[in-house]
Amino acid sequence: MELQAVLMAAGGGSRMTDLTYNTPKAMLPVGNKPLIWYPLNLLERVGFEEVIVITTKEVQKMMSADPKIKHEVKMKLDVVCIQEDGDMGTADALRHIQQKIKTDILVVSCDLITDVALHEVVDLFRAHNATMAMLMSKAYEFTETVPGQKGKKKTAEQRDFVGVDHSGKRLLFMANEADLEDGLSIRKSIMRKHPRMHIKTGLVDAHLYCLKKAVVDFLTDNKSISSIRGELVPYLVRKQFSKTTSSQKIKDDTEDQNQKKNDGHTNQELLISSRDEPLLQLAHERSCWNDHRGDMSEAYHGGKLRCYVHIMDQGLCYRVNTLAAYIEANRQASKLFEESPVHPSAVISERCQMGTDSMIGALCQVADKTSIKRSTIGNSTTIKEKVKVASSIIMHGVTIEEGCNIQGSVICSNAVIGRGADLKYCLVGNGQRIEPEAERTNEVIVGTDQLMEI
Amino acid sequence: MTKEEKQRLRKEKKQQKKNKEKKDDNASQESEKEKKSVSSSSSAPQPPTQPATQKGGSSCCSLKNVHDMVQKVTLILIFPVVKRLPEHIQVDNPDVLKKLAKKLERQQIPLRLDYGYKVSLFSHLHQYSRKAPLTQQLSIPSSVIHPAIVRLGLQYSQGIVAGSNARSVALLHAFKQVIRDYTTPPNEELSRDLVNKLKPYISFLNQCRPLSASMGNAIKYIKKEISNIPSQCKEEEAKGKLLNCIECYINEKIILAAKAIAKYAIEKISDGDVILVYGCSSLVNHILCEAFEKNRKFRVIVVDSRPRLEGREALRRLVQRGISCTYVLISAVSYILPEVSKVFLGAHALLANGYVMSRVGTSQIALVAKAFNVPVLVCCETYKFCERVQTDSFVSNELDDPDDLIVTRKGKTQLEDWQQVPLLGLLNLVYDVTPPDFVDLVITDLGMIPCTSVPVVLRVKNVDL
Repeated sequence: MELQAVLMAAGGGSRMTDLTYNTPKAMLPVGNKPLIWYPLNLLERVGFEEVIVITTKEVQKMMSADPKIKHEVKMKLDVVCIQEDGDMGTADALRHIQQKIKTDILVVSCDLITDVALHEVVDLFRAHNATMAMLMSKAYEFTETVPGQKGKKKTAEQRDFVGVDHSGKRLLFMANEADLEDGLSIRKSIMRKHPRMHIKTGLVDAHLYCLKKAVVDFLTDNKSISSIRGELVPYLVRKQFSKTTSSQKIKDDTEDQNQKKNDGHTNQELLISSRDEPLLQLAHERSCWNDHRGDMSEAYHGGKLRCYVHIMDQGLCYRVNTLAAYIEANRQASKLFEESPVHPSAVISERCQMGTDSMIGALCQVADKTSIKRSTIGNSTTIKEKVKVASSIIMHGVTIEEGCNIQGSVICSNAVIGRGADLKYCLVGNGQRIEPEAERTNEVIVGTDQLMEI
Repeated sequence: MTKEEKQRLRKEKKQQKKNKEKKDDNASQESEKEKKSVSSSSSAPQPPTQPATQKGGSSCCSLKNVHDMVQKVTLILIFPVVKRLPEHIQVDNPDVLKKLAKKLERQQIPLRLDYGYKVSLFSHLHQYSRKAPLTQQLSIPSSVIHPAIVRLGLQYSQGIVAGSNARSVALLHAFKQVIRDYTTPPNEELSRDLVNKLKPYISFLNQCRPLSASMGNAIKYIKKEISNIPSQCKEEEAKGKLLNCIECYINEKIILAAKAIAKYAIEKISDGDVILVYGCSSLVNHILCEAFEKNRKFRVIVVDSRPRLEGREALRRLVQRGISCTYVLISAVSYILPEVSKVFLGAHALLANGYVMSRVGTSQIALVAKAFNVPVLVCCETYKFCERVQTDSFVSNELDDPDDLIVTRKGKTQLEDWQQVPLLGLLNLVYDVTPPDFVDLVITDLGMIPCTSVPVVLRVKNVDL
């Protein structure tokens, strides 16, 4: 077997708590399908037959009840449950399932919606015998107004600095703005080996990684690494250029002492060598190929640890971890599949004006004289007469009484909007009731229990 | 068409009558008449089945009239001998393509589509694009094809493993992994089943990049070794034996052969020599490095050519050892040749009629060297000797990605839209053949032989097998 797929679905959605306090992030509806359906569909389309899904008990229950997942996903899902309140990072989760992992792995996050040609990433992993290959995409500016946001969103998002070589495939440098104090410092050894480096900041990490099995074994011995994205990936990128001799001078290492100790005794463990290593060496020696030119060293500068990245410049790639991303994903989701936007079981009266870019879920009831534009309506939703819905996302089981006007809002499951209400750019939480004739603009309406959680 | 057929049949009947008369006279012509009747009966069905050879058929009849007179002397069989041409040089024949597609479908391997406009003289060869790898059409955790083979195929098509020796070693390395992971299914014999398992892998590798002669010989050897495994041999033992065989093959035919060739070649290098090499041949580089270790004083001129520019890698390896080198492009070879005392060339394969198949540009260098009376020495291991016969570079060659010829200078890419220009074709040949008149000596691990002794070596090898 070549690759095993691991789907990380235990994340809590910490950046969109308004949506996720009742529904776990993995089951949020995007285009009337649960979020976790998208990466599962990607893996299935490419040809995987089994996936290990790491998630919480709640999500597992919801997954087994969800018709979309039960019927449409043909792969075998091996669900591993972990504690939801435990501070388990993604690397800790990998350590947890170490027994199940027999070959190289492909780690995917549940909030990834993309139509990337996966073979591009995996080909880099295979052809160069890489230790890690990942996917990144040009960041997309979200232009839709996000409900509940007051004023322009400040770039609180820390930028990621990604350095690639001249071919754009080899990953040389990765750091987050938060870790850099005064400025970006790049080691001389990297510059000597790769004098031309392109540093990019406008990239979003798709959280899709191909990792060698040796990395998983390395993680089991180094319990200090808890997050793949936050710690493991920068560590691997740095390790490409560290000397394999006894001197362990890692200068710009801002991690704690533990790291250095680990480096010392894990140097051997991360050396990826296969059987018949001398034969492989012979083949590469006799081959007249070099990945760089201009200096006297052999291909890959003789380094065994290599990290590669595939940067997508066309196509969809969203990580649904903020509210803005969620809204955007809902808009674009219909492009990803050819199903008709209107579910056949929905009851829609003839005098309803529905735009072609709207999606209606199953068992909906849409009454006369309604107008639905650029919106997504979830399953089992009832919309009464004379309602205007524009650019909104309405989840399952919602009841909207007559004469409402809903614009640019997100209405969560089982909410009830009283008659004549006027909502602009609001977020209505789960199970909330909006009183009739209410006029709300740019508000987040959630229950009191949620307020106490924060 | 039917008129011509009737004419032909009439002519043949006349000939048959003549034959009968002559047969009555001469009893010894009986055997010839049999051949005639067989040939006439075979040529009669020929016109309906092969309309393309209509003209050939009619000329055959006139030849037969002449032949009648000569039949007393010669016993030539005149029905055509159908030789099976390999598939990879019949790409412009739709029937062959259909057969290939069917075969690949049976083996569950995707068909790689040709790319771009092909120059008409080479339209019988495949031309693939590097941007459309075969893995696009495979499922990602490849289940049909062993992952080591998928990796190898990718490395071939992207040029990461290039060069005849490197490709063979990498192939054998991948086969070792395949053999290790292999388990005999119940009710099957390892000797037969493993060979069947290897067939789709070889088709896959062929689709990624056409197999080289050295790879072909290695595969033949492996298949022979596998089929020679006695049926009562236990699986572990058999696998161990096979892995051992592969190790021995690599050791003998590549590593030790290189040492032997270096030993012979060093005799030919004297102090003060100026040696010209072309491209990056692993064997020639090895020889030069060994000679330098043995303290011979010489300098090297590395000749390079676009689009591969492999000479840069050869230059790097030689300079790293401390050899003083000069670097020129092939367009300057006649300028630099007056300084040269010897030319060392590597070979991709040595054909049975003494021709040397090597990187495109080699025959040019040999030609110019001959014009300047500079000795040309070809270094080649015996496992690259091939039973094919070729006299030109058109019949069987490899077409590389035409987009490699496109270059960007000062931000401008002139050939970017070459596909839109109706009469423009980009041709990127990989190999060419050098006639034996231009080659003075071939240095092999069996010794130093003239080019024309290649068939002798092949015969001796076959006897061994």
